[in-house]
Order: sequence, then structure tokens, then C-alpha cells
Amino acid sequence: MSEDILRMRGITKRFPGVLALDDVDMRVERATIHALVGENGAGKSTLMKILSGVYPHGEFEGDIELEGRPARFRGIQDSENAGVAIIHQELALVPELSIAENIFLGNEQAQRGVISWNRTNSVAVELMAKVGLSDSPRELVENIGVGKQQLVEIAKALSKQVKVLILDEPTAALNESDSRNLLNLLRALRDEGVTCILISHKLGEVLSVAESITVLRDGKTIETLDNETDEVDEDRLIKSMVGRDLEHRFPPHRPEVGEVFFQVKDWTVHHPEHRERIVVHGAELSVARGEVVGLAGLMGAGRTEFAMSVFGRAWGSHIQGEIHLDGKKLRLHSVADAIDAGLAYATEDRKQYGLHLDYDLRQNFTLAGIRQVSKAGVVDQHQVTSVSERLRSSFGVKTPSVFQPAGNLSGGNQQKVVLGKWVFTEPELLILDEPTRGIDVGAKYEIYELIHELVDQGKGVLMISSELPELLGMCDRIYAMSAGHITGQVDRETATQEELMRLMTLETAKGGVEL
Amino acid sequence: MSMLRGVVDAVRGANLRQYGMIIALVFIMLLFQVLEVMKLDQNFLTPRNITNAIVQNSFILILAIGVMLVIVNGHIDLSVGSVLAFTGAVSAIALSDWGLPWYLAVLAAIGTGALIGVWQGFWIAYVRIPAFIVTLAGMLLFRGLTLWALEAQTISIRSEEFRMLGSGYWIQDSQVAGYHLPTLLIGAVGAGFIIWMQSAGRRNAIRNRIDTGSPVAWAVKTVLLAAATFGGAMVLAAYRGLPVIGIILVALVMAYTFVANRTVFGRHIYAGGGNEKAASLSGVKTKQTSFWVFVNMGALAGLAGVVFTARLQSATPDAGEMFELHAIASAFIGGASMSGGVGTIVGAVIGGLVMGVMNQGMSILSVGQDLQSVILGLVVLAAVFFDVWNKKRSSGPIVGTTPGGSGEAKRRGKGPDDSGPSGDQPKRPDPVGAAK
Repeated sequence: MSEDILRMRGITKRFPGVLALDDVDMRVERATIHALVGENGAGKSTLMKILSGVYPHGEFEGDIELEGRPARFRGIQDSENAGVAIIHQELALVPELSIAENIFLGNEQAQRGVISWNRTNSVAVELMAKVGLSDSPRELVENIGVGKQQLVEIAKALSKQVKVLILDEPTAALNESDSRNLLNLLRALRDEGVTCILISHKLGEVLSVAESITVLRDGKTIETLDNETDEVDEDRLIKSMVGRDLEHRFPPHRPEVGEVFFQVKDWTVHHPEHRERIVVHGAELSVARGEVVGLAGLMGAGRTEFAMSVFGRAWGSHIQGEIHLDGKKLRLHSVADAIDAGLAYATEDRKQYGLHLDYDLRQNFTLAGIRQVSKAGVVDQHQVTSVSERLRSSFGVKTPSVFQPAGNLSGGNQQKVVLGKWVFTEPELLILDEPTRGIDVGAKYEIYELIHELVDQGKGVLMISSELPELLGMCDRIYAMSAGHITGQVDRETATQEELMRLMTLETAKGGVEL
Repeated sequence: MSMLRGVVDAVRGANLRQYGMIIALVFIMLLFQVLEVMKLDQNFLTPRNITNAIVQNSFILILAIGVMLVIVNGHIDLSVGSVLAFTGAVSAIALSDWGLPWYLAVLAAIGTGALIGVWQGFWIAYVRIPAFIVTLAGMLLFRGLTLWALEAQTISIRSEEFRMLGSGYWIQDSQVAGYHLPTLLIGAVGAGFIIWMQSAGRRNAIRNRIDTGSPVAWAVKTVLLAAATFGGAMVLAAYRGLPVIGIILVALVMAYTFVANRTVFGRHIYAGGGNEKAASLSGVKTKQTSFWVFVNMGALAGLAGVVFTARLQSATPDAGEMFELHAIASAFIGGASMSGGVGTIVGAVIGGLVMGVMNQGMSILSVGQDLQSVILGLVVLAAVFFDVWNKKRSSGPIVGTTPGGSGEAKRRGKGPDDSGPSGDQPKRPDPVGAAK
């Protein structure tokens, strides 16, 4: 009944040595939400960069038709004028400027070069109302949460009379309620006639919101599914994305849980700058050998803060409480102490905190455990190389050599390097903070297998994750955290998403922490 | 046939970034040779000129080594010229006013430099005031202290031994057929050492089952390195032999290259500069490392102060003005990255030599100071442009990545991949701001 607003036909894009897109077709109906899914490296982002003019006409083969007319964008400016706007994963906002300034960045409300602040702010308020933002337009973007920042980006796109709005992983950094708001907003925009193209790894949300779904794999269009008429579910999508049947998303594993060897008692952490603010309140937690323990919580619950403060006081101030490992009380004053004691912490943010992207795998693998490849402060470079080769092959990092900079790897492979780096320090307890965030289904499976291998060797794993199915699938026991308190724990057998969500949102008697 | 292939492999394997500056240096030297033969009908590439290019720049080269480590660690040092002047003044006062022997005067200068490093390192590493500001303050502060210490006068140096450090040559009377014998011997030993090191490294690599590439390529590279070392010694030997400062420089380059590449401390300097947050979460004591980098910088500036004072045979209040900028320029010409984490000691020295050779060549051609400065400025820009261009060119997509994105973007930690939201959460805990 409705016409296509966008047709892309025979899109082929080559990079030196790589065929990124191979004869890709895509049709998008007007005023629908169209999802684009596929593993990392499948070509989703490249396709959207072509559509938004990042790769100008002539740098690729194939045709784009927008509203029935051929579109030949020479740059982003062209595509924006034609009504195509893209919101990237990494938000393009200036934190030090106000919401209104960000909305009109590059499109200032000015007459003869003089900005009209009245107009800027009043039009901004209108646009903000459309996306459900009630803050002052003069509020600085750095002071609002990441969920609202996402909305500012959308308001910015709306200010440019957007017809096709492309969102690249918009909910990846959002908590459940912000995600829900965002998806509702997409539905509202659709009803107003805006066409949305949604790139997402979260298949549940894709299925709930999209009318049609295009699957890319290895630079090719695999199929376009109609979510309303076809029988589509997550397993069906995964199968299409990875090209193989992932019967179980989690590898089979028989846990052999041993003695409790790691305990944190009455752990309280204050914010490093606002020292009167308590971020973790008297947390208690234990891990047994061979056990995968989960830590669930909404964003801002204090999970990462808890983990980092345990890891040699890498975060926080006025830290009180006790850590016991194998019955001995640990006194950790620095990250180096924590590593020596047998702790490892693989951060949620591998690019900023986990890896040196410019440096090769050798240096990344051996940085934390450098003392194992050095004598009297002198590093044995040959040993570094051979150790790295060993880690590369045992962790299945897909790269031609260990001399490759970590920044050249895909997210999943980078995560394997982070794991390898920490396993090399021979820890007893590994804290894995969002170990599968932003990586594709196939790589997730491999990470899960690696975690199982670790616990089978008698190590303990504490896993922080925002994806409840992942915690339920992987963990032997799950703690829930809410506003800095550990609000309960559930066993593998009795755990359900509903129960966890109840604990994660529990209002504690002592009053929550504003974050 | 396989020989030819080996040579081709060796050339191709030698990545441009690493050898680009060496090639540029050789090219600049040849250019001046041609220009001077054409205009003045004389050779530029004489043993005398080459010796002078090293001796007259020695203090910049010493500073450049320290500055390179500072930049690699993600900082900057604007104070080294003033520190050089101040420590030079200290050495002169130690010799003339306090009557100390020459070696104690040298130690006094280096010790003073190290103490200055403690002062600046404290503010930078522990109080976390940006190095630009701390060392800008230091630049003014130590210039003022130099004026005060010297009472705005010049102190001349009488100690012969002390002067030797700046302008002396080693064992004068041992010429054989016009060549300085000890220098030739050192060159031969050096060449032998290189061959031995390379073979030991290769054997070790094979033992560890590391891919070592074509044996011919390896042999070509080793022979070229050894030949260059011995050739360099021959050139110096044809003039007055190895200058004392040359020995000091060679020792510094070897020692600091070793520290930078082969020690845990050295790797921590790079790791902290490349990504301070990741380094500190990997157990690197980043503050402590930065502190010692500045202490080292101060000590090297002290040594440079001694060498400069010895060469001038006097300590003057305006010594070392603009030296900080020459040292920083050397580091950037030699491949340092403004964002830290990248750069080599040899690169800094070659960068310094590029500037030195150009200065000398242009002076002989009687190019005016005005034009010299313009040309040097353009050279700095061109060298860094070459670097950026070379990075862009060589950053093709590799297995498992979404293609696209320049090398520069990668350097800033936004690699072109499809992965999660890692870069976009503003409110995550910051390990660097951690209170202890």
C-alpha cells in the first residue's frame, strides 16, 4: 500500500584488499521502521555510510533512489539536504555546549552571521518537546545522561527536516527504561511520517519495533523479512545472520563449583570527587572456585564502581571493607597489588581502558603481566613474541600476526585480546565487566566458551552484564545491585528475568544514590 | 635471483616510517653537497663538516633524547633551554667560585638538573598540572634563576678537562695513513657488535619459533648497518677522530634505546603515554613513571648544560634560548606523535641531525638567518606532514574490521570497527582521577 522511500540497488564497495559490500539491495517503505542486522563486519555501517554520503557518489558501484529520484550525494551536506540524517554510535555532540547549541550546530539560527538566541532556544524547545525532553535548552549536554543525549541527537536530526533517520546502535549504551523511551519515540516519529533505519545488535528490540528487517552477512544481502507477516523470532534471525544454526546461544557446560575462595565484606566506596556521596554501600559478595558469578544491575547501580574499587582501589575514595582471598585478608593499595594478589579486571570499555589500540598485540597481551616476561626489569622481546603467539592461537584471535595493532581488530577479537591479557597474569579471580558488549553473536559464543574454560581450571569469574539472558545463561549464581546496594542473589535454578529485574529496581530503605 | 628477491624484500620490509627520516637525512646531505659544489666549488660532505654537525648540535641531541621520552609519555617540556642555562651556570660557579674539581662540577650540574626534574615532575605527575603549564613556568623561573646566579655576568671556564667535554677529541696522536686509529678500531668493534647482536637475535627468534623472514633480507640489513657504522667511524677518523662528546652521545643513544625498548620502565613510559587509563588499569604506576621521566629530563638537561658551557668555555645568562623548541622539533621530525605513545630515541637523534645539517649547510652557503629560520620551519611541517600522509596511506583495512577510517582516527582511539558503545558513555568511573 505504501511506496518505497528508498531503494538501494547493486551497491558494491571495495576497500584495498576487501570487498566490503557485494551487490547489496535494500528497499525501505515510507514511514516504517526498518531494521538492519548482521554480525560485526557484515557491512551495515559501510552501507549506511554510503547512504549518508560519507562515501560520496563514485566511490562505490550501484544506485540509490530517494523518493523515486536518483540520489548522488557528494558528501554529508548533500544527504542532509535531501533529508537523510545518521546518528552514529559515538554521539557527535559537544559536551561543553548547551542542548540548543548542539541542536543547531552547523545550522545556527542566525541572521547575517549574528545568532538569535531567542529563536535558537525557542525552536529548540519545540524540537525537544517532540522527542520528549523537558530540560532547559540552556542545559549543558555534559550534564544530561547518555539517554537524553541520544534524544538531543534525534532533535538535531528533526531540525533538519529529516525524512530518513538512520540510527546506529542507538540503545547500546542505554539502560532498559531509556531504551524503551527511545523505541517509543521511534514509533511516534514513524507515525508522523519519518522513516527510520535502525541498526542494532539487540534482536529482541528489533523484533518489537521494526516492520521489516534486512539481514546482511559478509557484505551480501541475505534476506529481507517482513516482521508482520513472516514468522520471525530471535533464533531465526541469528541463524540468518551467522549462516549457521546456533541451537543454543550458550555453550553447554557442567559447572563444578568448589570452595568459596573470594569474599568481599562490608564494602563501601565514596565518589572520588564528590566525597560525601556514597556509591557502594556495604556490599557483600563471594565467589567459589569453578563458579561464574553474575552481577546484575541497571546503569548507575554501582557495579563497575564496585569492581574497580575492589581491583586495587582503581576508583573511588574513602574505601572501607575487607577482601579475603583463600582465607587471607588482602591489603591492596594499587592495581599492581591487586594483580600480584591474583585479581584481574577486564574493563567494560576496551577501547579506552582496556587496550592500547596503536600498539601491537604483543604489547597489549603482555602489559599487565610484563614481569613474567622480564628479568631484573629487562624485557625479553623474544619471549614476548612467543607468549603472544601462544595466547593468540589459544584465544582464537583472528589476525594474521601478533605484530598487528589492536585497533585493527574487530570488537570481538579485541575482547579476546583483553581476556588473553588478563589470563596471562595468572589470576585466581577474573572480574569481567560487560565482556560481550558490542560484539557479534558468533564472537559472543567464543567468549562464553573461554569463560567456561577458565572456571574449569578452578578460577572464579565475576561477570557484570546488562543483558539479563546472558547472565541467566552463563552464571551459576547472580547478585543484583541497585543504587549501590546488593539487593539479593538468585541461584541458577530459580533465577528469572522478572525476579532479577525486581531486585535491580528495589528501592532500598537507606535511600538510593542519584546518578 | 634469490639474492635479488632478498634485497627487494629488505627494502619493502623496511617500513617508511622507520627509515624515512634516515633517507631524508641522507638526501639533505647529498643536496647540500650538490649545491655547494655548484655554487662554491667545494665539498660539503667532508669529515670536518660532518664532525662539526655532530659537535655543534650535541647539546640539542642530548636534550632531544630526554624530550622524546617526555613526549612519548604524553607530556611536553618547554623549560629545557632555561634548565640548560641554569645548570651550566651552576657548573661554572662550582668550578670558579667554589673551586670544585671538574668532575664534581659536572655532577653538580646533573644533580641540579635532576632536582629541577623532581620539582617539575612533582607538579606534573602528582598534582596533575599540565606539563605545558608547569614547564612554561619553569622556563621563566629557571631563566630568572640563571640571571640571578650569574648576576647577569658571564663566567668563563678555565678547567681544561671540563672544556674537553665540549670540544675535545680522544687520544690525539695516533694517526695511521691520515686516519685516527682508535676511532677506526671503535668503528670495527661497533660493526662486529652489530653483526653479533643481529645474529644472536635471529638465533633466539628461530629458537622461539618466531617468523624471521628471508635470511637474505636479514643479511642485507645486517651488512648495511655494520657498513654504515664502520663507514661513519672512517669519516670521523679522517678528521680528528671521535670527539669526546661523540662518545658520550653514542653511549646515551645506546643506553636510552635499551631503556626504551627493553626495560619494563621503558615500556611503561610508552604504555602511559599511549593510553594512560588502560595502562593504569593494567597495573602500570603511571604517575611514578611520569615523575621519573621528568627527573631524567632534568638530569639530561644538566648534562647538556655542562656540554654547552664547556663548548662555549663560559656560562652566559642567555645560554640555551630557543633550545627547547629545537629539541621538541627534533623529536617531531624524528617521528614522535603529539598525542604520545609513539617515538624512538634514534628518531629524535636523527631529527636533531636533520636540523643540524641544514643549519650548517645553509650557513656555509651564507643563507641569511631570516631565510634559515623560514626553511627550518617548513622542514618541521613537512616532516610531520609526511608522517601523517604515510599513516593514512598505510592504514588499509585488515581482517575482521569494517573498512574505512584513517590512521589518524585510529591513533586517537576511534578504530574503524563495528563494535559496541565503548566510546560513548560520559559518566563512567575514571580510574585516573582515583584517590589513593
